[in-house]
Amino acid sequence: MASEQLRLRAGGAVARRQLVSRVSRYLFLGATVLGVSILGFLAYDTIDSGASRLSLDFLTNYPSRFAEKAGLRPAMYGTLWLMLITVFSSIPIAIGTAIWIEEFAPRNRLLTIVKINLANLAGVPSIIYGILGLTIFVRFYGMDRSLLAGGFTLALMIIPMTVIASQEAIRQVPPSLRDGALALGATRWQAVRHNVLPNAIPGIMTGTILAISRAVGETAALIMIGGAAFIHFDPGPNLADFADPGGFWAGLNESFTVIPIQIYAWTLDSRREFQANASAGIIVLMTGVMALNLLAALIRERFRRN
Amino acid sequence: MTVADPGNMNEALKKRQFGKPRESVILFVLTLCAAVSLVTTLLIVGVLVRESATFFEEVSFRDFFLETEWQPLFEPVSFGIWELVAGTLMVTFWALLLAVPIGLATAVYLSEYAHPNTRKVLKPILEALAGVPTVVYAYFALTFVTQDLLRPTFGADQVNVFNALSASIMLAVMILPTIASISEDAMANVPRDLREAAYGLGATRLEVAIRVVFPAALSGIIAAILLAIARVVGETMIVAIAAGSTPQLTVNPFEGVQTMTGFMLQVGLGDAARGTVDYQALFAVGMMLFLITLAFNVAAYFFVRRYREEYE
Repeated sequence: MASEQLRLRAGGAVARRQLVSRVSRYLFLGATVLGVSILGFLAYDTIDSGASRLSLDFLTNYPSRFAEKAGLRPAMYGTLWLMLITVFSSIPIAIGTAIWIEEFAPRNRLLTIVKINLANLAGVPSIIYGILGLTIFVRFYGMDRSLLAGGFTLALMIIPMTVIASQEAIRQVPPSLRDGALALGATRWQAVRHNVLPNAIPGIMTGTILAISRAVGETAALIMIGGAAFIHFDPGPNLADFADPGGFWAGLNESFTVIPIQIYAWTLDSRREFQANASAGIIVLMTGVMALNLLAALIRERFRRN
Repeated sequence: MTVADPGNMNEALKKRQFGKPRESVILFVLTLCAAVSLVTTLLIVGVLVRESATFFEEVSFRDFFLETEWQPLFEPVSFGIWELVAGTLMVTFWALLLAVPIGLATAVYLSEYAHPNTRKVLKPILEALAGVPTVVYAYFALTFVTQDLLRPTFGADQVNVFNALSASIMLAVMILPTIASISEDAMANVPRDLREAAYGLGATRLEVAIRVVFPAALSGIIAAILLAIARVVGETMIVAIAAGSTPQLTVNPFEGVQTMTGFMLQVGLGDAARGTVDYQALFAVGMMLFLITLAFNVAAYFFVRRYREEYE
């Protein structure tokens, strides 16, 4: 009978404590939803104000005094070339560093210093990297305010992040694979090259792509080394330059702008109608950043199952 | 097949392991790669020290640290760093005031309340906030927060177009994932036994979260907040766009301030000629910024290590 059932229901102070606990769930949930919904709201607000400016012309036009005619073309070329330079100059060094730390380094104080140093470099503000690039690449090596100087600066900036992610990936490879290879007479490099690296590649790629997505959005460091806002040519080598090393090199030494700098310039433009351009620029930038993040997530998921 | 003589075998192995020139070349190249990060640090420190030395030849330490006015561009010039430091402090204060409670509440919810499936959905979305380029947040600080939120709410005569609060609000959004994610990791690392013991003694979920898990994860939580502070102090675009470029000592968040990074970007935009004192000031301020962020990062590193040692 229902009336005879044992009822485990607290009263008094205990009931109060339980009630407080139950209510607290919704408070914490509220805070979480607030954080998550900000992302949704920002996306909505951007699309609301920028979508109308988004068109093929917007992607292929040069900057202009007129908001409706201004476009993102040089900035897109600049971002693309800058990322290529950054990737090719940073990835080999980052992976090499990670391999050295995990597989070859003597386990002594030097290694501890290298590791602490990397952790700190990852936390150095990007504008400091900008100053470094300005002094070393732009001035000391006389690269001027070129794509190469920008790419190298970003490379220095993302190397620490990429190293830390690659280390993580190398550590995830079961030691038995390496030990097996060594037991069969492989040299240390052979074991790394044929057994460790192939299994660490997905993790390394994930970390690298995330680091690149950070570099794509970098603004302050590039303003420091002199990325200009308004450029009326396509930065970087043209299609014809691919056959001509001299022209290719000259292309890499051209001055540049990137999408985030263009957004920055449009945001601060005193004419309000340029804010719509900034929104449209943000849509383009975020599409790129999200595509990179999605790619990283896909690679991670795909190789986790195997 | 005959069994090889062990002596020869050792010779052969040795040859294979160390005799090949290729192996040592590779080791050399890898070591060079690792040296790049050390050289980067040395270059950063070298550049900052050398160039700020030039600055301090013109401006004394005394003026830099004791003057209260930062006025590098107009006569009479004055280089008192405190106005910039105060600007940085103000935006950091408000950003933390907003982000720490919300971030920690999120961490508690994800770690102690949420169903594992809910957590699996919410955490990546939250972490996506960390991937948003800061120039995007800067745009929102100036347009949405200032134009659509603060000025209509508090009155356009009260709220400056460039104000510290709008920058702080977007800085808070920027560091929310850092605080939530690292704290959540620390809380999730607290051993189950502690929770089970508390539940066994009759504690409610809230009591377990606040009085057992939270203290046990404290070093991780502190590390999260320290890292967040370092990021706010070093963030440039949000403050440069939304907080303005008027260095001043004020406690009113509706007024514009200039932060250390804000000044550095202003110089980078080309206001000062190379070799002049105001250009060299860039490096002195950079040095200050570097030391402050370094202090917070190092402190965070040791707190992270402590909680790793405690439970892993």
